[in-house]
Amino acid sequence: MNLRIFVSRDAGAVAVGADEVALALEQAAGKRGVDMEIVRTGSRGLYWLEPMIEVATPKGRVAFGPVTAADAASVLEAMISDGAHPLRLGIADEIPWLKRQTRLTCARCGVIDPRSVEDYRAHDGYKGLERALTLGSEAILADVTASGLRGRGGAGFPTGIKWKTVAQTSADQKYIVCNADEGDSGTFADRMIMEGDPFVVIEGMTIAGIAVGAAKGYIYIRSEYPHAIVAMNAAIAAARRAGYLGARVGGSAHSFDLEVRVGAGAYVCGEETSLLESLEGRRGIVRAKPPLPAHKGLFGKPTVINNVLSFAAIPFILAGGAKAYADFGIGRSRGTMPIQLAGNIKRGGLFEVAFGITLGELVDDVGGGTFTGRPVRAVQVGGPLGAYFPRELFDTPFDYEAFTARDGLIGHGGIVVFDDSVDMAKQARFAMEFCAIESCGKCTPCRIGSTRGVETIDKIRAGERVPENIAVVEDLCNTMKFGSLCALGGFTPYPVMSALKHFREDFGPAPARLQAAE
Amino acid sequence: MPVYEPWDAARGAQIIAEHTTLEGATLVILHALQEAFGYVPEPAVPMIASALNLSRAEVYGVFTFYHDFRHQPAGRHVLKLCRAEACQAAGGDALAARAEAKLGIAIGNTTADERVTLEPIYCLGLCATAPSAMLDGRLVGRLDEARIDALVAEAQR
Repeated sequence: MNLRIFVSRDAGAVAVGADEVALALEQAAGKRGVDMEIVRTGSRGLYWLEPMIEVATPKGRVAFGPVTAADAASVLEAMISDGAHPLRLGIADEIPWLKRQTRLTCARCGVIDPRSVEDYRAHDGYKGLERALTLGSEAILADVTASGLRGRGGAGFPTGIKWKTVAQTSADQKYIVCNADEGDSGTFADRMIMEGDPFVVIEGMTIAGIAVGAAKGYIYIRSEYPHAIVAMNAAIAAARRAGYLGARVGGSAHSFDLEVRVGAGAYVCGEETSLLESLEGRRGIVRAKPPLPAHKGLFGKPTVINNVLSFAAIPFILAGGAKAYADFGIGRSRGTMPIQLAGNIKRGGLFEVAFGITLGELVDDVGGGTFTGRPVRAVQVGGPLGAYFPRELFDTPFDYEAFTARDGLIGHGGIVVFDDSVDMAKQARFAMEFCAIESCGKCTPCRIGSTRGVETIDKIRAGERVPENIAVVEDLCNTMKFGSLCALGGFTPYPVMSALKHFREDFGPAPARLQAAE
Repeated sequence: MPVYEPWDAARGAQIIAEHTTLEGATLVILHALQEAFGYVPEPAVPMIASALNLSRAEVYGVFTFYHDFRHQPAGRHVLKLCRAEACQAAGGDALAARAEAKLGIAIGNTTADERVTLEPIYCLGLCATAPSAMLDGRLVGRLDEARIDALVAEAQR
């Protein structure tokens, strides 16, 4: 018999032993004399089950996980005999955690071979581009606008309007830039997509190029993502060979090509103007807006700059799915969001779902609470610049406006769960410390305010004039919020102020707090 | 363990020349030099400046802005521990302290025998299998005391 086995090559799976499992499977198959092919896919995003491996059967792919190298031989037996095994999870698509999702952007992630254009095409890949080539610029822009897609990097700006601005600006050269500087802790959706379905990003960027009249694109990937860099470069080479990038995209008159550029460990380069500076080979210092990148972006040329997830949403929308996409969601948040559950969580991973699901459903039902088994005390939504929410706010629906109304933000869709052992004053201090480390230095409130913030929170934690120093922190936050050009200085107050507001009892001398907890 | 070439001006010039036609080449060149030599040797800075028609100050400014670029060679092994929120939530602080104690150095330093450089990293994107680390480019997730001890021991070999 010929076994077709799927093992993830996603960094998250590799970090917990996927390569060792693949090797052990090869050895076990050799010993048993069974004909086996291993396909290295991306991850489905069920990280608590990684390494999760699947075998093709007439009923569909059957999954096992989490598998260790020591389990490989027995799992292989169970695969051959279609028999029982303690790690058997059943048909992968029927796993409730996966079935409950609405996978539009991440539909192929963990399913296909991320190095194969053929596999991508066999799973509806490049249908969006094929249709886009028949539509022309105006109709593409109309579809993107009709889908209601908003920038998935965090700012939530309508993608259709951004593209239209670039399309309407005349220039000899325009650029498409993909922001893959996914620096927010608790987020990994960009990494997962780039490693598991890189062609969807390439297709989305190519469609953007055709829509606005740009022939060159850059993907700026952070250096902390070596696997994603390899995956994107391999996919770009494959797309070129297949005629999907280069002089005549898909046999059309359009030319479009892509290049990967690697960041160098500066968090602030996730901010779009800082990223453009970095791409130009300079220090990642934030630019003042206006001019908008859509008018004067990379090298002073009109530039579409979007997040990985925004580009990855485009192929589905252009494949005739604009209305279907817009039908999901609530209010002004249309479509789906690949939400990332992380930190101290029982079932962590990527959960793509329509906007509107509540924070509580995500943390308790989907995530299953903490893996330490202790009560959830706080969750940080939206990365290091996102607010800490207590359980009292778990009824907040996942929606841009609903989070804003509660002094928070959804950002890039990461949720980091903390149990009751967390010291929220320490977390507030870390937010300030991180801002001090990563500030580009352009705006004084961010550059200096963050250091003063660390010092002042240290005084509070030492019990020094606590009410006065809390007032100083609040004042400082206000100055940073309104006196910084970008979200680094402007949003660092979110985690600090939310910690102060919802967890005030943690802000005082440490011994008193420990006694109170006893 | 990564193996690097000793600094050589001719080799440096060759690496720089390979990338000068790119748009905004400074970061690409700095990365390429570091990949070859393990750090960015100071004499390379004026060479980049002259190749790209920039001032030395501009190139030096870029070199020093980014956390990745090294001013001197690292230890034989580089152990990076994720210090961001998701790893903190999963007990990363205690494991970082444990690694510091085992190696006898604070994060951001190299052991006296130049075997191990211990560095912070702010997010490897392995937030659902936290806490995580990277040893010489190899990723390790779901760290616990036994795993961090094994990583430290491996780095010290």
